[in-house]
Amino acid sequence: MTEVTMNVNGRKVTRSVRGNELLVEFLREQLRLTGTHVGCDTSQCGACCVHVNGELVKACTMFAAEADGAEVATIEGQANADGSLNVIQQAFQDYHGLQCGFCTPGMVMSAASLLKDNPKPTEEEIRHHLQGNICRCTGYHNIVRAIMAASGQETPAVAAE
Amino acid sequence: MYAFEIERPTSVADAVSALSADEAQPLGGGQTLIPTLKQRLAMPSKLVSLAGIEEMKYVRRDGDVLVIGGGTTHGRIAREAAEHFPGLAALAGKIGDPAVRNRGTIGGSIANNDPSACYPSAAMACGATIVTNSREIAADDYFQGMFTTALEEGEIVTEVRFPIPEKSAYMKFEQIASRFPLVGVFVAKFSDRVGVGVTGASNDGVFRWTEAEEALAGNFSADALSGVTAPPASDMIADLHGTAEYRAHLIPVMTRRGVAAAA
Repeated sequence: MTEVTMNVNGRKVTRSVRGNELLVEFLREQLRLTGTHVGCDTSQCGACCVHVNGELVKACTMFAAEADGAEVATIEGQANADGSLNVIQQAFQDYHGLQCGFCTPGMVMSAASLLKDNPKPTEEEIRHHLQGNICRCTGYHNIVRAIMAASGQETPAVAAE
Repeated sequence: MYAFEIERPTSVADAVSALSADEAQPLGGGQTLIPTLKQRLAMPSKLVSLAGIEEMKYVRRDGDVLVIGGGTTHGRIAREAAEHFPGLAALAGKIGDPAVRNRGTIGGSIANNDPSACYPSAAMACGATIVTNSREIAADDYFQGMFTTALEEGEIVTEVRFPIPEKSAYMKFEQIASRFPLVGVFVAKFSDRVGVGVTGASNDGVFRWTEAEEALAGNFSADALSGVTAPPASDMIADLHGTAEYRAHLIPVMTRRGVAAAA
């Protein structure tokens, strides 16, 4: 076991982890932050996306020990300080950007990382950025619309709708 | 996964020392190794994570050479190489997806030498030098077949040096489920030679298509390839995504596109 300390959603936590403990297992099982989902466990689906030191990563494909000393942000830390939905989450609700909702935490974290670097992405840039996030309800059009809206842009009928 | 310990050295010297333990294995960004561990296809006693070694993370230009630290992620290379070597930056920016590019490293990719990895084609086409903790190895000598390299046990890729071509392009025919190239071709035009590196296609891993290099050296245009015979299908990978003949056919197609797109 190794002791790790990290800052998760602004809260400093210290725990012992196994060498082979994945970051997603640490978040879900030790910290009980179960908003980060495990869809495929093979790095394909992106439901486990979190931010580590401000960068989007798949928490199923990184060890908890490697996040020692890091700033980690999960879906649980995304709401506004007063508990209301942040602009991306609200846009997902307003534009029906979720159906079953399983992929949504990863989609929101992925969208947040895109808008941080590129505040006004084009539809194509959004689709390219979401390559590693799979929605098995195939609700991509409304996800793209929600991200367009969250970035303060018009949300014209997207292609093939 | 089997149980193992994990160590996080912060210098190359400490990593080399940690790797001298029995059954110790280096872990780059883990984007290939972690899925492999989950399938219990590897059983290290100890993983030595290289992700905490800051001295292996950089992109810098040294005259006509782009020098990249082995621990540099694809995402960083896509951003920081763009100004100096746009062909390589574009290659890095198309690997996997954004989250994978934030973890996966060039050193990890070069050390693993997946037969469909992208960087080896650029390394071969440019005549890159692979630098380890103990020596420098020319790309032609380094890549030795599928998942096989000149690396010794416990040796770490600390740096890759790419001579910067006048023009280059990477053409990736993507296998859309894995996002690895079904066939990928890197074309690099230098003042005195042309390099063509092919990945994803051959049973022997990455290779240089020397016939095309010779034809393009005198006339760097897609037309120069019209008389050149494609590499034989008998050497190509065949799987459910494409037959050997299909891959062989794609090599000149992607090479022509690369020559036309080179910038």
